[in-house]
Amino acid sequence: MVKVFIYPATSLILSDMVARFGHTPLSSAIAIRERIQTAGLESPPLQITPEEPKKGLKWAAVEVPAGVRGRMSLYGPMIEAAEAAIIINDADLAFGCMGCARTNELIKFLVHQKDIPKLELNYPKNEDEGVKFVAAIKRFLTGLGAAK
Amino acid sequence: MTGYTPTHVGSVTKYVMVESFEITPADLASRGYEISKGVMIKETCFGLVINGKEEEVDRIVAELRKIDPDHIFVKDRGFPPGDARRCRANLGGARPGYNGLEFEMSILPYISHGLEVLDKKDEKSVPPPEDPLEHPLLDIHKLKKLIDAQES
Repeated sequence: MVKVFIYPATSLILSDMVARFGHTPLSSAIAIRERIQTAGLESPPLQITPEEPKKGLKWAAVEVPAGVRGRMSLYGPMIEAAEAAIIINDADLAFGCMGCARTNELIKFLVHQKDIPKLELNYPKNEDEGVKFVAAIKRFLTGLGAAK
Repeated sequence: MTGYTPTHVGSVTKYVMVESFEITPADLASRGYEISKGVMIKETCFGLVINGKEEEVDRIVAELRKIDPDHIFVKDRGFPPGDARRCRANLGGARPGYNGLEFEMSILPYISHGLEVLDKKDEKSVPPPEDPLEHPLLDIHKLKKLIDAQES
């Protein structure tokens, strides 16, 4: 069983595919769960405390906005633990009320820098692309199992 | 600053999404209640939210998947069901994060079709999708998006 980092880290499709084909998805839900199940100071809604931007200094410099560093304290450890990664490149949903474009760029950069098997995809736009999308993920994940 | 005492410590929460013409969230909920032991199951418009001990949640999810494997999708959730920080009953409007789910649910029919085809066909015989790192001149979907953005 391989730990697979998924981007967007909130993706239902990638999370399901990775688990369906026998591996462990590294998604933001797991990082958030860890924080909301740990006692400490009340910091709603996500229990991101002032400590998180400090932890984020490992991946982003001090002049980088605290929002990026705070988010990196969630994603950085997952990228470090990842043994493979699947990236969807046209994921507009990763930027919006909860997402940060600069953090997304940094996440992709760090994943690309890491020497692990990676699969780059776009979301399918029709049924034919859906077949190719699922087949590519299945081939990639089956190959990971064989490599281990 | 006030202290924070967490609830549901040691439990996991999973979403079970249904994208099917044959199965409804109510069917899944009934089956879930039949086989559950000490977990919390919440029925929603898109499927279920299940909270409990990891082994028990995984067992229920595996059983529910058997009902319609190509049309049931599962993902982890950080918060337990009905958490006041996330539940729209307290906040009003769509739950933060729902927009992402809503977008991906519009793609699930293509994924379900892909899974159905690959049940009968070897994935090695399917050509790879386009490489997103190669930049085509102008994708037709992107052009349509640009036109729509200009018209609105």
